[in-house]
Amino acid sequence: MTDFLWLIPLLPLAGSAINGLIGRRLPKPVISLVACGSAGLSFLLAALTFFGLNSLPAAERHIVETYFTWIASGDFIAEAQFLLDPLSAVMLLVVTGVGFVIHIYSIGYMHAEDGYYRFFAYLNLFLFSMLILVLAGNFLLMFVGWEGVGLCSYLLIGYYFERRSAGDAGKKAFIVNRIGDVGFVLGVLLIFLTFGNIEFTRVFHDIAADTQRFPVEAGAGILTAIALLLFIGATGKSAQIPLYVWLPDAMEGPTPVSALIHAATMVTAGVYMVVRCSPIFSRAPIAMEVVAVVGVITALFAATIGLAQTDIKRLLAYSTVSQLGYMFVAAGVGAFSAGIFHLMTHAFFKALLFLGAGSVIHAMSGEQDLLRMGGLRRHTPITYRTMFIAALAISGIPPFAGFFSKDEILWSAWSRGHSIIWILGLLTAGLTAFYMFRLIFLTFHGHERFPEETRHHLHESPPSMTLPLVILAILSVVGGLVGLPPWLHLGANQFEHYLEPSLELALLPQHGAVSHSVEFTFAVISVVVALIGIALARWIYLKRPGLSDTIAARMGRLYRLVFRKYLVDEAYDFLFVNPTVKASTGVLWRTVDIAVIDGAVNGTGHSIRTAAGILRHMQSGLIRSYAAWILAGLLIMLLYLTFMRA
Amino acid sequence: MDINHYLILSALLFTIGTVGVILKRNVISVLLCIEIMLNAANLSFMAFSRYLGQVHGQVMVFFVMVVAAAEAAVGLAIAIVLYRNRGTLSVDDADTMKW
Repeated sequence: MTDFLWLIPLLPLAGSAINGLIGRRLPKPVISLVACGSAGLSFLLAALTFFGLNSLPAAERHIVETYFTWIASGDFIAEAQFLLDPLSAVMLLVVTGVGFVIHIYSIGYMHAEDGYYRFFAYLNLFLFSMLILVLAGNFLLMFVGWEGVGLCSYLLIGYYFERRSAGDAGKKAFIVNRIGDVGFVLGVLLIFLTFGNIEFTRVFHDIAADTQRFPVEAGAGILTAIALLLFIGATGKSAQIPLYVWLPDAMEGPTPVSALIHAATMVTAGVYMVVRCSPIFSRAPIAMEVVAVVGVITALFAATIGLAQTDIKRLLAYSTVSQLGYMFVAAGVGAFSAGIFHLMTHAFFKALLFLGAGSVIHAMSGEQDLLRMGGLRRHTPITYRTMFIAALAISGIPPFAGFFSKDEILWSAWSRGHSIIWILGLLTAGLTAFYMFRLIFLTFHGHERFPEETRHHLHESPPSMTLPLVILAILSVVGGLVGLPPWLHLGANQFEHYLEPSLELALLPQHGAVSHSVEFTFAVISVVVALIGIALARWIYLKRPGLSDTIAARMGRLYRLVFRKYLVDEAYDFLFVNPTVKASTGVLWRTVDIAVIDGAVNGTGHSIRTAAGILRHMQSGLIRSYAAWILAGLLIMLLYLTFMRA
Repeated sequence: MDINHYLILSALLFTIGTVGVILKRNVISVLLCIEIMLNAANLSFMAFSRYLGQVHGQVMVFFVMVVAAAEAAVGLAIAIVLYRNRGTLSVDDADTMKW
């Protein structure tokens, strides 16, 4: 069953190697076949592995496959090993499944682009790195995947490298992620110093076994330090405050990339890592508190920015940041399985939203501004219907996928005593529903606000693009059914139950003894809030067009602040970027580099030239002068031998 | 006779040869002066050979004579080429190779 576990990540790597090395000479159908074939095979194997794992009894669903010793240096040993348990199995399915669908979509979306082979080589390489990340059996191998996905993200954001903004966005993503990675590396080093090894299984068993040394920390102990350092890494990769700024800019990349990397899979790596390290986090209450608070603030903050965005992809990017905040709220309040549940459903509906947005942009000949769309539902019916489903799912309307996962997070926050987080989360849910339907109404309903020329080219996307939309729409509808809440009286939450073997070493807070009717009431509250958000969006953008401008004008300064994204980028420029640039220019470049280093090098050369300029006059060409010099030298040697040596 | 006499004579000849090499402009004269210097050295070798009762010095003299013959051959060839190309035998005119 695990015989071909290693093939799952290696197939995309092979695809990437083929397309990357000889793709330039291959025809497009072959490139597509190699890329999608490797992703599809990988998905098939992942599905087989998933069902194989499920055939085992729950207690045995924890398989470590060690292939070879990767690094052995003194006490430090890093094996190349994969860990297969319910958590990594779920991630495997999500990554390969959504990845495969988006590969197919890319065939249609990228058909006219230059560097077709390059795109698919990067996309396959990303799939490989992401699979290494989720399958890794120790922290260092996970870090390899972690950096690999960061590299692919950088390469794909900068895919249109001839556009300056794309190059800048790629660099921004890369640098901001490096800041987070410093925290991650320090966390791994601290784990090695504390436990003497870096294998997930051994570290977590050590923690669970030695309650004397690793109690649930009341204050800030070693586990809190480790957890906080790892969380810094997560804020970088998963775009949380304060390192979220790269994700909206990452929309410079092609839309399938935004869907796969910057919505469905890579950005959830931080959540996955926190859940994987739940035995550490659950024993560090302060770190948990930090995770939950950062999560909910990010969720609310990004949702408010999303209200005023007019670029369809940027709006979705802020929505992603906001939804990732939800996942961290879940992890922070100890509802790790709810976080992974939302990760999964979010992967479905957010990938769908992005692919739908890509289909809209495709139809609109590259237009991304919501204010220049409108009335598209008549021209692109499939895109409209699927995106409508996705919007319902993300807004948390039952029975779509997002309802179950989001509601479970909110309920977990409340039932574990985080009432303020619950209120903020609920507010965010309302805002989410509002801005999502603002997008839907502005794009697909109302007047057509685009020029006649665009209208002429308007068309529904080809089947290779609409088929993935339909698949993801189906998943967005039924995806939530794997984790039905207990108040439906259909038994306990199956998804939570399935993940239990992965979380058995974590100290999960016990559910309070609250009746199902209370839980049901809370579900009703969140649905009502979402419906209010939708109704408000309908009223402002459909019934009273022009009202939004009035409100924006009435809000004045506040609106401009939100529209300009709270000036966070400007603040970062002022606080960090400009001082760094100035110090680098003034001190490092002009002083250290030019004056000191260049000065030393050029000075050496210059002094040698000066000395040589004088000395070369000895080379007079006069043979008698040479003879005299020889004689002088001989005399000096003789004098030295005669008098000095005595 | 004392060995010092030979050595003083050798030193005098060597000095004369050296001064000649530096001061003379004619290539042939320079070559002759070099020959004087070589033979001054030969004289020293011979004197020491007799004084120490060994043949090492005499062996060296043969080497020097062989080298001198070879040097004369090459040197005179250069003198002929110089005259053909420049129409002069003055070493000061052969100063193309300089900075």
